[in-house]
Amino acid sequence: MFDQLPFLLILLALPLVALVGIIAGGPAKSLALIASLGSFGIALISAIVWQQQGDSSLGAFEYQVLSKPEITLALGLPDAMSVILVLLTTIVTLAAIMASRCPEGRERLWFSSILLISVGALGAFLSTDLFFFYAFHELALIPTFLMIGMLGKGDRKEAAWKITLYLAFGSIVLLAGLLWLVGASGSSSLLFSELLASPIDPAAQKGIAALLLIGFGTLVSLFPFHSWAAPAYASAPTPIAMLHAGVLKKFGLYGLFRLYPMVSEGLKPWLTLLIILLLANILWVGFVTLNQKRLDGMLANSSVMHMGYIFLAFAALIAAESTIANPLALPAATLLMFGHGISIALLFALSDQIEGKTGTLTMANLGGLGKSTPALCFLFGLAGMASIGLPGLANFAGEAAVFLSGFKNWTYTEPLGPVQIATIIAIFGVVISAIYMLRAIRQIFQGSPVSITENVADLTLKEKAPALLLSLALLAVGIYPNLLLQLFQRQTVQPSPVLVESASPATSETALLINESR
Amino acid sequence: MPWLILLLPLASAALIHLGLKRNGTLAAWLATASALATLVLTYLTPSSADPVKFSWATFEGLDITIGLIRDELAMNMMLIVTGVGTLVHLFSLGYMKDDEAKGRYFCGLSLFMFSMTGIVLADNFIMMFIFWELVGLSSYLLIGHWFTKESAADAAKKAFCVNRIGDWGFMVGILMVWAMTGALSFSQMALPEGVPAIMLGVALLCVFCGAVGKSAQAPLHVWLPDAMEGPTPVSALIHAATMVAAGVYMMARFFFSIDGGEHAFSHLAELFPAFSFQTIAWVGGVTSLLAALMATQQNDIKKVLAYSTLSQLGYMVLAVGLLKPDVAMFHLYTHAWFKALLFLGSGAVIYACHHEQDIWKMGGLFKKMPITAITFALGTLALAGFPLTAGFFSKEQILDVAFKQDKALFALVVVVAFLTTFYMGRLFFITFFGKPRTDHAEKAKEVGPLMWLPLALLAIPSILAGYPFVAEAISPLYHHHPFKLFSAAFLASILAFAGGIALAFVLYFNKDEDALANQPVAKLFANKFYVDEFYAWFVKWFINFKASIIAFLDDFIIGGLLVGGFSRITATLGALFNRAQSGSLQTYSYLMAVGIVAVIFITVFM
Repeated sequence: MFDQLPFLLILLALPLVALVGIIAGGPAKSLALIASLGSFGIALISAIVWQQQGDSSLGAFEYQVLSKPEITLALGLPDAMSVILVLLTTIVTLAAIMASRCPEGRERLWFSSILLISVGALGAFLSTDLFFFYAFHELALIPTFLMIGMLGKGDRKEAAWKITLYLAFGSIVLLAGLLWLVGASGSSSLLFSELLASPIDPAAQKGIAALLLIGFGTLVSLFPFHSWAAPAYASAPTPIAMLHAGVLKKFGLYGLFRLYPMVSEGLKPWLTLLIILLLANILWVGFVTLNQKRLDGMLANSSVMHMGYIFLAFAALIAAESTIANPLALPAATLLMFGHGISIALLFALSDQIEGKTGTLTMANLGGLGKSTPALCFLFGLAGMASIGLPGLANFAGEAAVFLSGFKNWTYTEPLGPVQIATIIAIFGVVISAIYMLRAIRQIFQGSPVSITENVADLTLKEKAPALLLSLALLAVGIYPNLLLQLFQRQTVQPSPVLVESASPATSETALLINESR
Repeated sequence: MPWLILLLPLASAALIHLGLKRNGTLAAWLATASALATLVLTYLTPSSADPVKFSWATFEGLDITIGLIRDELAMNMMLIVTGVGTLVHLFSLGYMKDDEAKGRYFCGLSLFMFSMTGIVLADNFIMMFIFWELVGLSSYLLIGHWFTKESAADAAKKAFCVNRIGDWGFMVGILMVWAMTGALSFSQMALPEGVPAIMLGVALLCVFCGAVGKSAQAPLHVWLPDAMEGPTPVSALIHAATMVAAGVYMMARFFFSIDGGEHAFSHLAELFPAFSFQTIAWVGGVTSLLAALMATQQNDIKKVLAYSTLSQLGYMVLAVGLLKPDVAMFHLYTHAWFKALLFLGSGAVIYACHHEQDIWKMGGLFKKMPITAITFALGTLALAGFPLTAGFFSKEQILDVAFKQDKALFALVVVVAFLTTFYMGRLFFITFFGKPRTDHAEKAKEVGPLMWLPLALLAIPSILAGYPFVAEAISPLYHHHPFKLFSAAFLASILAFAGGIALAFVLYFNKDEDALANQPVAKLFANKFYVDEFYAWFVKWFINFKASIIAFLDDFIIGGLLVGGFSRITATLGALFNRAQSGSLQTYSYLMAVGIVAVIFITVFM
């Protein structure tokens, strides 16, 4: 029955309806909570149904907005990556709403912004049309900037200005790349399926690929376009930081993987450069993270750093030349996007609790907090351990898979290739992560209590709820990654266009392996 | 049933965490019961070549499983883990009786038992790595059990971070082995023809990095002595008998897999290039020597034992490097019993002396704590390799292997054997003989049965475990090395023992101060060759250096010139639009509108 409904449209409309209700004067938090709970439920059910039915057109919805040019509001779940990112979006939205400590009197702005960001992110991950894919993401950015500028902490004006400029730059470059891509493909429709079916001249691909890398890269805080992220996340109201770092930032990575088949040739010349940049993300930003004195700054930088690992999977994919030659890269990246999204959202939510309870996030001023708040300490420890890749929590599965994907295409008779060397260097990042995260835990929760950390009330059940939701997601996927990975293995009725590849000699061999592993 | 061995401790940890944190006593008994149950289950589970498994993470062309291997190597190790584990749980019932966070402590112990079981039974490298990290976590939690104490919190952090350095290499090693053999699973790991020797050697050394971290070999040994900040039963179980030996077990597992089942290890030397396994042997040898030297000048009873653990782990690694993983496993097996005995004995002494750990503030405890003293003496003899104790048999085999393969290493091993007897003699004489040197020592009395019973039980295998008929009954693994009387190894070990004990007697029996303490070279040993200080200095220097470089580059180049230049241009542009209050938003909306128009424009006219 469920699959008969246009449930993707409902998924997208639900937050919008709540938004209208809030603007009309309804109870903001309750409406937002109900809508996000509903979205989460629908996303969960659709993931299950999607897995079982094996039909890529499941729940798809198309409405042609313009016929010349052909712009279609097209929603669909073309592959597992979309399904997982939609799930991520709804989980983090729900947690962000639950974790909100909204200033008095600003409820309408606060919750409608959260819902709008959620709609934008959902729309971007659900759209199977290039125009709406781009437009939904832009839509989500506007409330992000507004909230940082109006309700942020610290140097909020400066932070808002910086993120706006950087992301506007990224979006413009991206737009140029997308326009070029559409033009070069000669397709009259902007549907992904149509675009992917129209091959692009390799000469044009190189330029398009560069624009896409810079554009998407800026949105994902790829070095050296990363310096917007730390001040923005440190200033942003907590739900905004959760949603942007956890969900919206994944748009850039999603876009790269989604459009990859169209520019796979054109990306190859940029491989070495991309590798250098992603290693800078991991090492450079990793060292910057080590220098942070405040918890929010540390978390923000760590989030930038961890993007390097997902780019590493992308680099492995570029080097392998197709998702068939390296079938690990895409699931690995998706798994890590999910893990990182949940864990960073959880960390931001808990750091907000720490600030609310002690009044500071400067780590040197804290200490011994674990004594009075064991639950907060436990949850923060769990989130921190997740973010530094402790097995049993989602991020490890993603990171390990990324490293495996880095070595997937190495033959031992050859010397180590650039992707393998990058993988080896990238793994050193786990040492850096461990140092800064354990140092934060050491400074905040361990040691002898100081005056502001004595007699602090532990989390109440209501405060715990969002953290428990996110922790459960981390644990479930961490303990059994196949929960998500099986989405990549279902038998597709019609092969999803993204997975159709330029012919590769390894194809038949890998296909055989696939069959055997079933 | 094999799954129960793995899941019982996990269930215990989960139950305690979710419901029994406040009821410490119940938690303690639950954890102890689960440890005992896994011991029984381990004993009942038959060895089997086929692992039971399920898919954990499935990719196209790669299926990572969670599977339990139950061959002789694994089951023998499990017997050590659950055997020592159960006794340590029992001892903890007494030792941690009055701790306010008893529930958390036993939760940590159960988590450790779960993780360690996972390492031992892992049927593939990724699963081993998963549990490898999880033992690291439980070790972190237990070292930091008294986390409001600054030194304990620092030690926990240090242990985890230093281990991560080793894990870096380990992960790279796993990836390289995977690429070479095409398998992560131990049962399918076979080296194809034509792998360049240099690559193979590098891969072996990378895998070995994991062991360097976990088994605290030089230069990553610095975390283990600090880990003594944890409760003493934890030191006995995790940082002496089992977890730190996981590195040796892992190397043995790897060699067993590569060797392909016959376990003669004769062609390992042809497979791997000499530089790789010789490096391993020398890392083990040098660690054992340095640690033994450091142990001679420690005054904290647990620190002496910690350095002795380092030194004995060095022995095992040396045997691994000499391509005799079965010999290494044999020493691991005997060492687990007597080192756990010694640590628990030191725990009893510390408990009796009101948490005094300085041996110079003890003395004369032999008469006051006879059971502890006698069992401690047996442990000391076993560690020193006194003939007919468990340690004698295993040490003799290491000496024998070294004698046959590398005379320089043989000399080193003999010197270490001499030093071992010397520092253990020193420890024993100072602690148990002479006059009580403080009030606490004066008033010390024997510990209760919950604590002395595990000591007595551990004393039995400390003596008997090494006898060939016992060892072979425990595990067929130990068939291959018949004991030889009056070999060079035998004579050397007797001489080393006699020399060491004589020197310790002369210098420390009935003495109130350390005659060597003011020697410059002794200071070097007491200060652990200043390795920690060097690392601290290096890290500080590096952080300052890095901070200044990064601050310069990040602010000046990246922020200022590259991207800053761009943002200044945009800012100027933006300022043109920035007339209203929320300029950023308006600029943005404007740009977005331009973008949309452009999309439409281009698609219409192209």
